[in-house]
Amino acid sequence: METTTTIKPDERESVITTEQLTKRFAKFIAVDAISFSVKKGEIFGFLGANGAGKTTAMKMLTGLLSPSSGKASVAGFDVYKQAERIKQNIGYMSQRFSLYEDLTIAENIRFYGGVYGLSRTTIADKTGALLQRLQLEHARNALISSLPLGWKQKLAFSVSLLHEPAIIFLDEPTGGVDPITRRQFWELIYEAASEGVTVFVTTHYMDEAEYCDRVSIMVNGRIEALDSPRGLKERFHASTMDEVFVTLARPSA
Amino acid sequence: MAITAENLGKHFGDVEAVKSLSFHIEHGELFGFIGPDGAGKTTLFRMLTTLMLPDTGSASVLGLDVVREYKNLRNRLGYMPGRFSLYQDLSVEENLRFFATIFNTTIEENYHLIRDIYIQIEPFKKRRAGQLSGGMKQKLALCCALIHKPDVLFLDEPTTGVDAVSRKEFWEMLKDLKAQGITIVVSTPYMDEASLCDRVALIQKGTILNINTPEAIVAEYGKPLFAVKSARMYELLGALRGFSFAHSVYPFGEFVHYTDSRAEAQPEEITAYLAGQGFTDAEAHSIKANIEDSFMALMESPSGQEIP
Repeated sequence: METTTTIKPDERESVITTEQLTKRFAKFIAVDAISFSVKKGEIFGFLGANGAGKTTAMKMLTGLLSPSSGKASVAGFDVYKQAERIKQNIGYMSQRFSLYEDLTIAENIRFYGGVYGLSRTTIADKTGALLQRLQLEHARNALISSLPLGWKQKLAFSVSLLHEPAIIFLDEPTGGVDPITRRQFWELIYEAASEGVTVFVTTHYMDEAEYCDRVSIMVNGRIEALDSPRGLKERFHASTMDEVFVTLARPSA
Repeated sequence: MAITAENLGKHFGDVEAVKSLSFHIEHGELFGFIGPDGAGKTTLFRMLTTLMLPDTGSASVLGLDVVREYKNLRNRLGYMPGRFSLYQDLSVEENLRFFATIFNTTIEENYHLIRDIYIQIEPFKKRRAGQLSGGMKQKLALCCALIHKPDVLFLDEPTTGVDAVSRKEFWEMLKDLKAQGITIVVSTPYMDEASLCDRVALIQKGTILNINTPEAIVAEYGKPLFAVKSARMYELLGALRGFSFAHSVYPFGEFVHYTDSRAEAQPEEITAYLAGQGFTDAEAHSIKANIEDSFMALMESPSGQEIP
């Protein structure tokens, strides 16, 4: 039997907690009193149909948007009063917001290291380690624009971890990426989580939902279900996460 | 033949976006170009829709040459680009009327073609296109591409960034259009959509890796393939890669897909090896390849993505 002594997720501390977190835009309730928590080192899948409120919820959790009501703390900081501290303690990556195309790999690392206030020596050390880990030493002076999308995404992921954040938010990180690179990307996620980084990820690939420790599914601003992929499949008598998603996201369909 | 391409190629600077492609698409076919970003799908579509001149080779659509006969061709094809390109500050109805008018027709004349799709957005017909949700924009763009009753419809990544449920709905709409006799050429990065096409071309870095029916492509998968499962999935990947007969090991939803390098292999051999590595809960069973397995096998190797 297993002899590992890893702590079970539910015994670990929570790094994201929300209580009745709500965002209204005029009369429209984009996020409707969501309450959940995410544990340290957990890979948390944040799913929902287009327009379900995922982006708004993520903006509140990353300190970019102030909630209308409810409570939330991220990495130990309050979303109302300590939004700047949150930004310093999280990493963020999406397909739309990535690296600077007309800077080289090394220049991007130096830039982001500087933004996060790392010292020159730290940046130099981290640059070497990062390039080695991704086997990109030979490409340190290559322009980002010359790299295939898959490499950009893997690099952007690693750069967003430069300042050793407690949590990384990934917004559809693998959209449009080829199937092999998509899997290599998930192995980077696994690796980061095994080192204690909490991963909060959105995706439209339902097979990727299976890689998460727990998955929440948002429908019309609410969290309709939250459990492990196995738990969700059992509860909805489904054989795949795709079926679970279809059942929940369009109850009428 | 609805579409023929002979050695069709296009480069931008040093990058060969489309490398001398030859293929044909039959009348009434629902044909898919399946591949990741950067595969050359958009460049190919722009050449086929007369919006970009090829550097090499030739192509004809509906018997019309895409370079010499572009004017006639434009009246007979519909094109929905990947990026939303309708007029954001015109209303839903105004956009549709505009596209009908420039093709010398009216909404009323071809309403039967778009009816099933348009009724879903009709309640918002006074709303500006820029204020529609993603799904509604997509439906409007499809209506605008159809309003002049094209014989062939090109859809460039219509489902990218669209949630799993909306993607299913969109494919239902395509099936209905196909039933009306329209030839449909669609591109997508989602491998699972291949099974919804009559035939597909798997495309990567400007090259067609394989072109056939989805069934025939997966039937060509040459090696024994197994789905393997354990409670410790991340560790399982490493353990399987350490197996001396391992050819490829990829996470695949709740399973790991393991390809054996030998001509034949039994699931019991894999579970026995894994038990020896401490994975006493491991399960393995033989499976048929799906399109994504085939695509990955065709992508040469993981080093196929090395830095140029």
